[in-house]
Amino acid sequence: MAITMTKGQVGLTGNAAIAYAMKQINPDVCPAYPITPSTAIIEDFSGYVADGAVDTELITVESEHSAMSACIGASAAGARVMTATSSQGLALMWEMLYIASGMRLPIILTDVNRALSAPINIHCDHSDSMGARDSGWIQLYSETVQEAYDNLFQAVRIAEHRKVLLPVMVCLDGFITSHAIENISLIDDAEAKQFVGEYIPRQHLLDTDNPITYGAMSLPENYIEFKHEQSRAIAGSKEVVLEIGKEFGKKFGREYGLFETYRLDDADTAIVILNSAAGTTKVAVDALRKQGMKVGLLRPRLFRPFPFKEITAALKNVKAVGVLDRADSMSGFGGPLFSEVRSALYDLEARPKIISRIYGLGGRDYKVKDAVEVFGELDRIRETGKVETLTKYITL
Amino acid sequence: MEEKKDNNLPLGGVIPKGGTAHEYSTGGWRKLRPVLDKNRCTNCLICWVMCPDSAVITEDGKMLGFDMEHCKGCGICAVECPDKVKAIKMEEEAE
Repeated sequence: MAITMTKGQVGLTGNAAIAYAMKQINPDVCPAYPITPSTAIIEDFSGYVADGAVDTELITVESEHSAMSACIGASAAGARVMTATSSQGLALMWEMLYIASGMRLPIILTDVNRALSAPINIHCDHSDSMGARDSGWIQLYSETVQEAYDNLFQAVRIAEHRKVLLPVMVCLDGFITSHAIENISLIDDAEAKQFVGEYIPRQHLLDTDNPITYGAMSLPENYIEFKHEQSRAIAGSKEVVLEIGKEFGKKFGREYGLFETYRLDDADTAIVILNSAAGTTKVAVDALRKQGMKVGLLRPRLFRPFPFKEITAALKNVKAVGVLDRADSMSGFGGPLFSEVRSALYDLEARPKIISRIYGLGGRDYKVKDAVEVFGELDRIRETGKVETLTKYITL
Repeated sequence: MEEKKDNNLPLGGVIPKGGTAHEYSTGGWRKLRPVLDKNRCTNCLICWVMCPDSAVITEDGKMLGFDMEHCKGCGICAVECPDKVKAIKMEEEAE
């Protein structure tokens, strides 16, 4: 696709922007098995490969399980590796996701969020990436096309950082972000190349002078030590995410943190929500602020590792919090984001009241009025101090 | 976190050098042991080719016996030994 820029801005869909970022990053290997709604990422990128615009070896595989397996093999061989998937594709990769993180391979995956079957559905929710939340991958969520594009460059730096060496998943909403055209600023090719730098693996399988083995067995005498090491690495990656987010801001004018807050400082009530629905919620926040209601928003960007201390500090003065999940963990207790936020707030002496609302599954629209309703409910909780319904579905 | 770990384990469970299988004794897994009849053996070395654990010891093209530290007792050597020769028999370790 020809990219035409006007006044430094270019109109791109989320998928086209991710593919363009991949072109600028120019990974060594891209094993892929395209799936809706992330198909266009690989479609566009394969065009760049065919045109010779990148040096990437594109491997067309027979399933997503094979795609992730090829990512692991190529990464162990010392390549910078990227792929993209959605929904069932990520689910089929599941077994290999743990192997990628356990072997400490800095693979980059874009997950265009889509609901899981059954019933079969191609539209947005977060059940796919939430299903992979414990796989040891760092997860970055993106509200907009711009953020998804920016996140991809940062993901490379985070994954390959010597203190991290873990795979990173960049998530954006299927169709809502992946297929909607947004005006974004692109990074200059040379600056992008300089920002991601050259990948120098600390060890690799093609170094025949120093033979190594990846994927060996580890029994009770040391398996737990490897997992302990991995756990410390992902916990420590939070600092690296901040550092790289700051550096990105300094270079390109858009700084990223662990989460975004919107009119939260003096808020009595707040909604915590991931990805594109945060944009809708901000419109509701503005409307209610005009009516004098002190409402705000917190949108986590980094979900794995979960920045629990920082989120607790940001929400400690709020009276009532509504955590909106676009996925149900089928616990009978609320969504996955709710469980994390509620758990994070536990250590506060005076805790905000908190409710879980599941919204928008399978691409159901989440509208400004839905956010307004939740804020209304939170306001009643603030007044009465009582939570009547801890968890429920909205947008039904 | 520094690259040098307190527990000194290589990152990601990588084995940082080659040939480490030699240091791992798998002979204890054996239930059946191969027994060579030197009088029947023709030194064709098919057993040496087929042994998955490189546990057939040879010298100057002659079959000498088995590395019992690494032989798992799979019996492939006994099966592959040509029908006219049959110089290897598997016997119970317990006997």
